Amino acid sequence: MKYRSVFDIIGPIMIGPSSSHTAGAARIGRVARSLFGRQPKWANISFYGSFAKTYKGHGTDVAIVGGLLDFDTYDERIKTSLQLADSLGVSISFHEEDAITDHPNTAKVVLGDEDGELELVGISIGGGKIEITELNGFALKLSGNHPALLVVHDDRYGAIAGVANVLAKFAINIGHMEVSRKEKGKKALMTIEVDQNIDDKVIQELSALPNITQVTKIVD
Amino acid sequence: MFRNVAELIEIAESTNKKISEIMIEQEMEFTGKSREDILAQMDKNLEIMEQAVERGLEGVKSVSGLTGGDAVLLQKYIEKGNFLTGKNILDAVSKAVATNEVNAAMGTICATPTAGSAGVVPGTLFAVKNVLNPTREEMINFLFTSGAFGFVVANNASISGAAGGCQAEVGSASGMAAAAIVEMAGGTPDQCAQAMAITLKNMLGLVCDPVAGLVEVPCVKRNAMGAANAMVAADMALAGITSRIPCDEVIDAMYKIGQTMPTALKETAQGGLAATPTGRELEAKIFGVPLQKGD
Repeated sequence: MKYRSVFDIIGPIMIGPSSSHTAGAARIGRVARSLFGRQPKWANISFYGSFAKTYKGHGTDVAIVGGLLDFDTYDERIKTSLQLADSLGVSISFHEEDAITDHPNTAKVVLGDEDGELELVGISIGGGKIEITELNGFALKLSGNHPALLVVHDDRYGAIAGVANVLAKFAINIGHMEVSRKEKGKKALMTIEVDQNIDDKVIQELSALPNITQVTKIVD
Repeated sequence: MFRNVAELIEIAESTNKKISEIMIEQEMEFTGKSREDILAQMDKNLEIMEQAVERGLEGVKSVSGLTGGDAVLLQKYIEKGNFLTGKNILDAVSKAVATNEVNAAMGTICATPTAGSAGVVPGTLFAVKNVLNPTREEMINFLFTSGAFGFVVANNASISGAAGGCQAEVGSASGMAAAAIVEMAGGTPDQCAQAMAITLKNMLGLVCDPVAGLVEVPCVKRNAMGAANAMVAADMALAGITSRIPCDEVIDAMYKIGQTMPTALKETAQGGLAATPTGRELEAKIFGVPLQKGD
């Protein structure tokens, strides 16, 4: 079931005019920001399908930039996010893409600063609900509705068990989990949606495990 | 957890509870939150809806200038008393329009189930409120009942115009509202499902063709008629009229129609009203784009 909560249907509270093209876009931007962990210096945003055709009318551009500036769907500052980004020294560029994507409302965000880059693909599936489908080239499926852990690790035996053991030790229940890799034996990504919020202590312990490269958490 | 309307009705009937209650209990189970927290969150949504209707009835104008002010016109017309339909239905229409005019003006609204279709549920709620005099809790329950039916549509079909056309947005919203009106008016769970089915049947095939890609034309007026549709279908269901095609099968038909609908008619502003000479002219005026775009 894609929609699990009544508040996916009655909600979100948001700035108009479109739940998929405005609120959903803001959420995609905000997940990118949250994964990056800080305000980026630049962002290249590509719109596909219906997003590409109608982003100006729906305020998709201001909404996704609002998300990159860490604004929620109901934050009035969304309306002036392009000017705000400019004054904060965040350089933004938009691209309309012709490529056919699996979902009509698809956006790709590449953002970064002098210390790093992040590439993310998100889809807006209706009513403001989104899914993240790609992160730094790894395919994944992340709803952004639950606290989640993203663990980049070496594609070796025991890596997943090690992570699961640490979560069990802290009494954190896994609601949904996926593993994705680009190539056998190289880097892989675990996407773990959990029911409880995750302490920094858990992150530290996970990061110290063998074969673990990077651990990021997303709060809901 | 209910997966379709048949299961929802079966749970409500066998436990002798209202649909709103089944939705609240499922939400408690799914989130682990307390009943108080869940009701408080819905109360907040209700508050936002109330404010949006009030703001719209004061008169707003969208940035493009395409929409705004119709909710006020209709309220003035109702006051004159010479209307041909009915006061309650026009009140629902006016309040649905009010909400969508606020949405088009980039105001704050609560998506029900989407922003483009956010007028129907609050429009009908605040109109039937004047007839049925519900308590605050009953008004909150109205939203849970709407949510329960929307939940089924979202999981078995779609609530996205880009994926399923306007039938998936205003169609879903109207069906949700019709069911919730029936419960508030004292109808049975089965009558709620009948109202949903009757409403949605009359929304099948509705395309999403926003002029200039803006959630304004025809979205605001589709919310108007969605509200009217919901009010009439609720009365029909309360009169004992049933749908020959079961609610779940209507939802499935809606899904399949959405899948076969051409992309030009699914929120791409390339077909339908968006592609009319006037639609193209408005688009050119607003964005300064060349008129030869598309067909």
